[in-house]
Amino acid sequence: MITLNHYLFVSGILFAIGLTGVVARRNILTIYMCLEMMLSAANLTLVAFSRFHLTDGLPDYNAQALVFFTITVAAAEVAVGLAIIVALYRTKHSVDVGAVDNLKG
Amino acid sequence: MGSFLDSINLAFLIASAVKIVFFAFMVILPMVAYSVYLERRISAIIQDRVGPNRTGIPLTLLGFKKDSHIFGIGGLVQPLADGLKFLLKEDFTPAHVNKFYYWLAPAIVMVPALLTAAVIPFGSELDLSWLTKIGVDGAWLHKPIKLVIADLNVGPLFTFAIASLGVYGIVLAGWSSNSKYSFLGGVRSSSQMISYEIALGLSIVPVLMIFGDLNLSKITEYQDANGWLLFPAWGKGAPWENGWHFGRWALLVPVFISFIIFTVSMFAETNRAPFDLPECETELVAGYHTEYSSMKFALFFMGEYAAMIIGSGLAVTLFLGGWSIPFAPWLGLDYKAGATPAWLGLAHIACFLAKVVCFIVFFIWVRWTLPRFRYDLLMKLGWLVFFELALANVILTAALLMYFKI
Amino acid sequence: MPAPLFYFFSLLMLIFGALVVICRNPVASALSLVVSFVGLAALFISLDAYFIGTIQILVYAGAVMVLFLFIIMLLDIRAEAGRKPNMLAVVGGIALAVIFLVQLGSVLSKNEMGNKTVADVPINYQTAAQVQKLDTIKADLQNSTLPDAKLVGQTLFNRYPFQIQLIGCLLLVGTVGVVLLSKREVN
Repeated sequence: MITLNHYLFVSGILFAIGLTGVVARRNILTIYMCLEMMLSAANLTLVAFSRFHLTDGLPDYNAQALVFFTITVAAAEVAVGLAIIVALYRTKHSVDVGAVDNLKG
Repeated sequence: MGSFLDSINLAFLIASAVKIVFFAFMVILPMVAYSVYLERRISAIIQDRVGPNRTGIPLTLLGFKKDSHIFGIGGLVQPLADGLKFLLKEDFTPAHVNKFYYWLAPAIVMVPALLTAAVIPFGSELDLSWLTKIGVDGAWLHKPIKLVIADLNVGPLFTFAIASLGVYGIVLAGWSSNSKYSFLGGVRSSSQMISYEIALGLSIVPVLMIFGDLNLSKITEYQDANGWLLFPAWGKGAPWENGWHFGRWALLVPVFISFIIFTVSMFAETNRAPFDLPECETELVAGYHTEYSSMKFALFFMGEYAAMIIGSGLAVTLFLGGWSIPFAPWLGLDYKAGATPAWLGLAHIACFLAKVVCFIVFFIWVRWTLPRFRYDLLMKLGWLVFFELALANVILTAALLMYFKI
Repeated sequence: MPAPLFYFFSLLMLIFGALVVICRNPVASALSLVVSFVGLAALFISLDAYFIGTIQILVYAGAVMVLFLFIIMLLDIRAEAGRKPNMLAVVGGIALAVIFLVQLGSVLSKNEMGNKTVADVPINYQTAAQVQKLDTIKADLQNSTLPDAKLVGQTLFNRYPFQIQLIGCLLLVGTVGVVLLSKREVN
């Protein structure tokens, strides 16, 4: 049967995939997508805990409210982040994170 | 129905499969075909032409004297002829396209349009207990079947969520075709759809505030008993049955604003004229499906009509009482949970389909009457007029609900 | 949720999640992420979080990823052809992930509380209905349905009204910021 641990482990794997992507990839857009993936993995953990922690016979909706906030903030963050990427592309003509090394001593 | 997924068992699966086959394949797809026919006939009437009026079953090929016309109306077999033509045309894939995405795109347009049908209640419930009299028996017969594929508690949200996936098909079609017309069409279409999604979503917030529910079957049941949202003439909606309480009639103002925003946004979402800029033939050849031919083109075409039908279905469910028959409680034709006779269940399905057909005719009528918008005006309308209007409408509704204590 | 469905959606989510990292074409990455999010939304729904699941599709798959795709296409970013990936970073990333997973596995294997299934903690509608103050939600609960969008809304507006307004301001700031950032300088 599917237990809470199953959900937690699946979410952990998703988080690990995202982490690998952030470390290994150099395309800034892909890095951004991997960040979104890690956020979603955290959301899955929150929702799983919410379902398994009943208060008054119902899932704990505080956790789902937190997920709601996370999704909202993530959407705002993506919009700003993509605008920054567009600005970056205009100056550097590249989306490689290696190209942004102006402050390197 | 505590948890939707707990209720999965064999009887449920069979019932769902039957409902899916009935609604998606026996109602929506033929409706898609016939709305194309309807569009051609109505446009012909509007432009003072005749339209396709000769297609019949070609019996003359078999040596008969005359072709057969169903119901004596010429042209009713036209959709079949169209379909056959689409199938028989050469399926040409240009050399410069990105093959995988080029093939994927038409499917992505079609599938979400059909998926959204799952939450729309297309009838009240069907009592099948009369089947026992003719010898069929089983436990499943004694409980009336609810005529909605998935009775979700987040109905309208689900529809918007799935419908928003349709953008991918158009974006991919535009991008993978590697042609400037397709690309411009795809870019225009996706930005148009994203922009109008906001107005669309905000426009139904007042409606949901009035009903206090997100479940589309409950919304329809409420309208059946208490008057349609746009036509509160019986039950709690009518002042003369409700102690001369004019609350619901005062609410008609925000509801009407909502309805206008919803309908116009729906036109924009389905890329129909006067907002058909993504495929605007005078500027972009055919927009995102310029490079498509044969059945792949037909899928785009059918996707547009399917989205139109589902959009009409949603508008009818939210504003015009869904399957409910007008003045039902007076005529004794209202829905009684668990005790609706079989003929009334069928009448409700017929009523829902009739309303949807009327709405489709309205869609077509608008398309052949209004000129096309300019793209910047379209975006201005979405962001500067509808967005603000929808927000103000939410506040107005809240104030009215507070004032009349509904 | 039946176990086969759980494994199907988890695998869908994880395989397409891995494809996001593996694919060299950004468009393929973005589309894989969409499929991955759809799988994730199904897992949310299996946990009785219909509202969050729908929002996940509506916001992430419907809006955020379209923005990504849009940017990729407008900037015309092609696959990074020919360039070798940084082997050190790749090995380091995988090592990090493996260490993280081993750690997580060892924690979870000792986690006795986590051996409950959804069926072990059934939602008790009648208890919930007794403590519920709002009439509409109470009626739903008495019918043994989970009005989960209403409950999320109730929690948000009863407990976190200030945070909601803060989020609203954040979105406004974000909108203004994006407009300023993406404007070309006109001299």
